[in-house]
Amino acid sequence: MGHITPQAGLRRKLLSTATSIALVSAGAMGISQATHAADTFKVGLVTFLSGGASGPFGVPAAQAAETVIKAINAGELPAPYDSAGVNGLQLESVVIDEAGGPTKQVEEYRNLVQRQNVNAVIGYISSGDCLAVGPVAEEMETFTIAFDCGTPRLFEEVENPTYLFRTGLDAVADNVGAAHYLNDAKADAERLAGIQQNYAWGQDSWLDFTLAMEQLMPDMEIVDNQTPQIFQGNYGTEISALQTSRPDIIHSSMWGGDMEAFVAQASVRGLLDQATAILTTGESGLHRFKDQAPNGTILGGRGPFGGFMPDNDLSAWFSKAYEADHGTPPSYPASKMAQALLGLKYAADNSGAEGIPTSEQLAATLKGASFESVSGTVDMGLAGGHQALQPMLYGEYHYSADTGPELRNVRAYKGECVSPPDGKDAQEWIKAGFPGADCN
Amino acid sequence: MLTVWAILIDGLIYASWLFLVAAGLTVIYGVMRILNMAHGSLYALGAYAAASALGWYYNGVGDQLWIALAIITVCAVAIGALAGLIMERGVLRLMYGRDEVLMLIVTFAMLLILEDVMKLIWGTTPYFAYQPYAAMGRFNIGVLTVSGYQLMVVGVSVAVGLALWFWLERTRVGKILRSIIHDREVSEAMGVNVRRMFTITFMIGAALGAIAGGVTAPIISVVPGVGVEVIVVAFAVVVTGGLGSITGAAIGALIVGLARAVSIHTMPELELFIVYAVMATVLIFRPHGLFGQAVARKI
Amino acid sequence: MGLQKSEIMLVLAAAAITLLSFVIPDWLAFTTTLAIASALVVLGVVLLMRAGLVSFGQGLYYCIGGYAVGMGGRFLGINDALLLIAMGVVVTVALAMLLGLLLTRYREIFFAMLTLAFSMILYGILVKSQNLGSTDGFGVSDWTLLWFDPDGGKGSKTVLWLATAVGLVVALFLNRYFGSAIGLACEAIRENEVRVEYMGMSRRQILYINYVIAAAIGSIGGSLTSLAAGHVDPTMAYWTISGEFVFIALLGGTGHVAASFIAAMIFIMVRTYAVELFPNSWQMILGIVLLLIILFLPKGIWSLFTRRRRVGS
Repeated sequence: MGHITPQAGLRRKLLSTATSIALVSAGAMGISQATHAADTFKVGLVTFLSGGASGPFGVPAAQAAETVIKAINAGELPAPYDSAGVNGLQLESVVIDEAGGPTKQVEEYRNLVQRQNVNAVIGYISSGDCLAVGPVAEEMETFTIAFDCGTPRLFEEVENPTYLFRTGLDAVADNVGAAHYLNDAKADAERLAGIQQNYAWGQDSWLDFTLAMEQLMPDMEIVDNQTPQIFQGNYGTEISALQTSRPDIIHSSMWGGDMEAFVAQASVRGLLDQATAILTTGESGLHRFKDQAPNGTILGGRGPFGGFMPDNDLSAWFSKAYEADHGTPPSYPASKMAQALLGLKYAADNSGAEGIPTSEQLAATLKGASFESVSGTVDMGLAGGHQALQPMLYGEYHYSADTGPELRNVRAYKGECVSPPDGKDAQEWIKAGFPGADCN
Repeated sequence: MLTVWAILIDGLIYASWLFLVAAGLTVIYGVMRILNMAHGSLYALGAYAAASALGWYYNGVGDQLWIALAIITVCAVAIGALAGLIMERGVLRLMYGRDEVLMLIVTFAMLLILEDVMKLIWGTTPYFAYQPYAAMGRFNIGVLTVSGYQLMVVGVSVAVGLALWFWLERTRVGKILRSIIHDREVSEAMGVNVRRMFTITFMIGAALGAIAGGVTAPIISVVPGVGVEVIVVAFAVVVTGGLGSITGAAIGALIVGLARAVSIHTMPELELFIVYAVMATVLIFRPHGLFGQAVARKI
Repeated sequence: MGLQKSEIMLVLAAAAITLLSFVIPDWLAFTTTLAIASALVVLGVVLLMRAGLVSFGQGLYYCIGGYAVGMGGRFLGINDALLLIAMGVVVTVALAMLLGLLLTRYREIFFAMLTLAFSMILYGILVKSQNLGSTDGFGVSDWTLLWFDPDGGKGSKTVLWLATAVGLVVALFLNRYFGSAIGLACEAIRENEVRVEYMGMSRRQILYINYVIAAAIGSIGGSLTSLAAGHVDPTMAYWTISGEFVFIALLGGTGHVAASFIAAMIFIMVRTYAVELFPNSWQMILGIVLLLIILFLPKGIWSLFTRRRRVGS
């Protein structure tokens, strides 16, 4: 075991030189900032490109962004968005994967704003990421739209926001709407069970839903709530447990692959013959369930999105363009991303700025505004003008091999019916019997 | 009383699935002393291969159940063996003789790579090949129902267990493997081609993992990440039962399966911990797992 | 007892970072802070690795440190950063002293699996706790550093200075530790435990001390991360995060304390660029890099910069 042979010594020298060069150039690259031309508007898009949420949510959203941005830059959108670009500027996007957890997303957000010099950020499906990034958006004074995350706590954590907006609805609206639908459509049901993924979204959803049910249908008996792990996939035992409690209605906030797996398994086991399922994010499976979901399963789309989009020029254009580009009609995450981008265009076009609008100008324009979208008119009416107020819709799923999937018995509940008035704590509002709600 | 029956049935079904997943892992560890973190990726590969093959088949080629099942088996075994061969020959072979835990990290690196490779090949859309599952209907036991497909999985698991046992105990190759498990150096000294045995073992372990995935594919929606979710519970079963022991894997699977079924039916809040709690408890009383062998240390 | 050459370099590096902090862009300051915080946890892994144990559960203490900062601010109204970090260390040491009694009985795979199990148990407990926000976690309230109020606490420069100072202290301490009797005994344990026992040293005691120290610095790392990021969530205890720390430990090697800091910085930069340039395949890039390191630089990057003359045997 003597000294190093000449070949090994040379190899080490080469390796160490290479590594040093790599480190130095990485450092240099790191210090340099990405430039962008003064005639483009750069937007950062953050959504799941890997992991379990990418298939049902992240990738459809990214695809929708692609379609909509292309159309915006070419000026192909229907009125009132028929001008090319945003405020005349071509829209350029930087896509970042939302995976990795909130701490990592905080880091990526800072990189987007300071290294990539984006003018605005749109994104965030996971509530944890929204809650972490929200305060940073305010700190870095950058116009940010959260397009999908469903936590009701967003504007409790970020009090008095200036730059943070959310163009989607939260879990409270989803579940209060669900309770109203059941009250209208299934008034004679007696036994209620649930199955939720065991994490914040599932826990919050079940809590909001049961509180609302206690107000609207106090005679319902809650017999069971199963809480399997997220991404568990195999629900045999949970289905057995549900079967032994013999519910009439099964509420679930499960999404994506878990939801599809549960529906298929429960259907084969006969659970869904005994009970009707109400799925708060079910619309994302509208074109995928085929005959696996029994007719009569109640689906929600987190608002007037996807299959629940009303008939208007924008939704007609969007459905066609998205299907032409990507082969399937758009689901609700795709619609929500389109909505966020339309909100950005609205804010930019109406900001009155010359050239690139500043975050302050964009924020001032969008605050409390009403703009047209694929979902109808969006009223930024909550959280001091930063949170969208929109109707909540549920409908029954029906499928036939000839006509494909469709939604029947669709009911819409006004925004003021399913969301608490500004400043009121959601759970307190529900427990008090929805004071101030307007459900007519 | 109903709950007790439900617990027993559910526990058995879940345990059989656990055994299928864990069998490959424990075989590889027993022979090669490698705890393969990429086992979850092999499971996922099997699931994706089966799901896409079934999708192709049911999309116009035919709808015979038994052909579908054959497709699952063939695809899963093929892709598992192939992936195992590439992994072993390409990467692991370069690392033999190194520290055991370093091998664990190498398999962790392979897990990362395979996750993205699968995403590049199959995309992120969920694959949902439910037809065989739906076709096998259900059986009613009072108010409980059991799906025919899940019963078949139990059967497959038992068959695999018996086949492994037979192979290790009765065939020549099996006995050679057991000698390698016992003492690698002496086996090599006696003329056994240990390297070739390693390749064969890894391929078999990989194929087993892929079969577990393939068989599960019609029940679940195959999405990116199914592999990662499976690893930790597979590890827990294998460590509980004793690394390298097939019997251990089976008993470990039964214990974990029943414990989980008990927890879900009676105390759903504990479900998240029960697997780790069982493993930690077993290790406290039997530090090498239930059937693990204490290895003599050379001084 | 003067400073060794490498210790002087550490002090100079810390001084350089502090000076540079005035000119580098904000995002780089943030990234550097995260790197230093990660490096502290990694040093814990390295500490155990030198004794032959690989811990896949440092995330447990990393998470406790983070949540101590979060909960201290939100529920106890404590605002001083150093006090919050100290709180985290106290809780961590208490828990580590308990768990260490159990864990030091195991080796190799079992040690790794048990540490993994305990960090996943904490994860499960946090996910169940709805009033702690479950998987969403919660935000860290504004904090101060002694008398200094860094503009609501999220100011990147202040937390970078704090991290650098703490990092330097820990690095110097560990450098001395590695060279001390106990530190050398660790490497002996890795080579051959039984002989160490025969020589009259209690290997369980040494491993126990190692484990508690590793836990403490892991907690400090977690506290610094949450002070910088302004948010805590249960993912900090998930096993893949612990896996990342092990990855970085291997990247740097066990040769010197500085290696962990360099490796952490490299890892974070590589990951950020991988995410930016290959948003659809960054995991694969990381895996390939890890494999290359293991294949060609088994002692980590540090082995490139040292040259050990090996005496003929």
